[in-house]
Amino acid sequence: METLTLARLQFALNMTFHILFPAITIALCWILLFFKWRFNVTQDTKWQNAYQFWVKIFALCFAIGIVSGVTMSFQFGTNWPVFMQTVGNVAGPLLAYEVLTAFFMEATFLGIMLFGTKLVSNRIHTLATFLVAIGTTISAFWIIALNSWLQTPAGFEMRDGKAVVTDWVQVIFNPSMPYRFFHMLIASGLTASFLIAGISAYRLLYKDKKPEVMTTLKTGIYLAAILIPLQIMVGDMHGLNTLHYQPAKIAAMEGVWQTQRHVSLELFAIPNEVEKRNDYAISIPYLGSIILTHSLDGEIKGLESFGANRPKVLPVFFAFRIMVGTGLLMLATAWLGAWFLKQRKSIPSWFARWLVVMTFSGWIATLAGWYTTETGRQPWLVYNILSTAQAASPHITGGMITSTLILYILIYLFLLISFITVVFHLAYKSSVANEPPLTPVIL
Amino acid sequence: MMTFLTTHHLLPLIFAGLLGFSILVYVILDGYDLGIGILMGGAKDEEKDKMLATVSPFWDANETWLVLAVGILLVGFPEANGMILGELYIPTAIMLTGLILRGVSFDFRSKVKDEHKKRWNRLFFAGSLITSLTQGYMLGSYIMGLQHSISVFLFACVTALCLVCGYCLIGACWLILKSEGELQQKAIGWAKYALVGSTGGIMLVSIATPFISERIFKRWFHLPEMLLLFPIPAITGALILFLWFLLNKMPRPNDNYAWLPFATTVGIFCLCFQGLAYSFYPYILPDSLTIWKAASDNAALGIILAGVVVVLPCIIGYNIFAYRIFKGKISSTSYY
Repeated sequence: METLTLARLQFALNMTFHILFPAITIALCWILLFFKWRFNVTQDTKWQNAYQFWVKIFALCFAIGIVSGVTMSFQFGTNWPVFMQTVGNVAGPLLAYEVLTAFFMEATFLGIMLFGTKLVSNRIHTLATFLVAIGTTISAFWIIALNSWLQTPAGFEMRDGKAVVTDWVQVIFNPSMPYRFFHMLIASGLTASFLIAGISAYRLLYKDKKPEVMTTLKTGIYLAAILIPLQIMVGDMHGLNTLHYQPAKIAAMEGVWQTQRHVSLELFAIPNEVEKRNDYAISIPYLGSIILTHSLDGEIKGLESFGANRPKVLPVFFAFRIMVGTGLLMLATAWLGAWFLKQRKSIPSWFARWLVVMTFSGWIATLAGWYTTETGRQPWLVYNILSTAQAASPHITGGMITSTLILYILIYLFLLISFITVVFHLAYKSSVANEPPLTPVIL
Repeated sequence: MMTFLTTHHLLPLIFAGLLGFSILVYVILDGYDLGIGILMGGAKDEEKDKMLATVSPFWDANETWLVLAVGILLVGFPEANGMILGELYIPTAIMLTGLILRGVSFDFRSKVKDEHKKRWNRLFFAGSLITSLTQGYMLGSYIMGLQHSISVFLFACVTALCLVCGYCLIGACWLILKSEGELQQKAIGWAKYALVGSTGGIMLVSIATPFISERIFKRWFHLPEMLLLFPIPAITGALILFLWFLLNKMPRPNDNYAWLPFATTVGIFCLCFQGLAYSFYPYILPDSLTIWKAASDNAALGIILAGVVVVLPCIIGYNIFAYRIFKGKISSTSYY
């Protein structure tokens, strides 16, 4: 394989692995704060127990997120040195502000949150939880601001081949940033709520009668049921925004080869890059135009009109369908779960098993969404400014990347398996434990 | 025009200073985490929990200083970042795997099935050792100007071992401060061994460096700088001797002065760092790229500096707050 492909694969692998964990922690920390707040208000120990169980999983996710994030901060320099030299004036301060305003705060107060229960007052402990939650969200804010800027750059001009900032507000709140930010926050909410629902269902299946199990199950299902329609709405707005700023990406997502009105929606097809058409298509007439332009005869620019400045269709097309498909499955699951809880005050065991299957569905949807947007902007790293090929390092050989790529694959696989095993092991352990519920340490 | 010239001169200098500061803080703070990790290789199972409890509330924040350092290098000196990490590509990747293993083992070991705990303890030890060795190796190659030759390789291997000794020293001193009884006794023994190793290492590097690099030789053995610089090695030597006698008299009644070995070691680390920094200034890439040539545009540096000025005091403030919360001797019960 050529060096560029390897560099992209390695970076994609690292990003893929990394995003799994922030996707959980961003929202899980706010949910932990919710548990804490409920306990502070009601003094019901089930909320305290819910906190103590989920803070363990939070800590694990946080640690894996940190170490893979550190790896990423090095890979910016090793894999894409030209990137920093070209748009360092934009990317540098955004990354620096993430470290300064978020990273340290999260890391420091995490120590107090995890190990300070007996050493500080409950008020300080609640505050620490809040600061970690706000820290993770600020962290996401800066990263999404940067990522969105790469997709829809604004507030700068090019001088001598370098981006120079003219307006920081435009850089940070660039055209796609608000949509992407809320899309990601809700994605995290859904990932965390399905994780909570899945693990709580698993504990129910092991006949865990502790009151907090039902409590966390409800939290997970109700949160998901509220968030998923919101997500569909934000996703739709994000799509309209993309149609305006990155029409080639939309064309690839929908598999539209020729510019046309009355675009049909391809439910399934196999895009054929050679013949420039979709094979085996199952489609609904007009629906494409309706979804993308909110009108029956809205025109969609076809892939042919972008020349070489367009992504490969296949990955974008399928990633998008996997995201939407998983999202719809999550919608059905969450609403059905909410109905069971409202009507019967519990869930049938087949549904509990189904929730266990859906435990990590948020990961699949999130990853598919990121693959859609990231492969969809190719061949550009910074849209219409810097191509991915230009940004690669001249110093690094394919052999070096291959060897480290294998190393990373092995480690990440090992960690992923360990993580999933440990999460279920923790659930199992707390289910079979016969000890009385833990009493709160500080009141 | 005049002010432009001064900011043009000053900003890269401030950023080089910040870079140095973050690296130094990282080496001290994560140094004791890594040292504890390596020393765990020689501890009994029941001691391991206690040793870990002395670092677990802090390691995460400590590692963040590395992110800050590489962040400053990346955004402040992008060209140097590309060159250094490009030349040290393989060691960097190995260090990162070490950091990954070390970081996750912290959390996994307390949550897995009991029979798997040993495996994660071993991974924690391995991760700490790999990280320290590669950091030392990278330091050695950097001192030698990132050249590729057999002598550079050997030198880098020696600095790798030195840094392991240094980290063990500061780790053992941290343990003296945070533990009591038998474990503290053991830590004092470890600290002595590590001090001998570190001293040998410092001497070796100090003697070898000027002879291998002509430029560094000129920097140090040249009047009148030589007289002005003399205090650095002199005070380092005095501190090492003082630490040696101190360790031989430890532990004191009522655990008095348990903090002193750690403070002394921090002093030694700072002086060594001072010496190294002086050897390279004003180059960020030894002998080829000065900090002014390598620096980013002033606009970017200025806006980051504004953030640093506001936020860094807060960071230091809440770090101190966290250390105060977890002050005193650790008992394994405080593990959550």
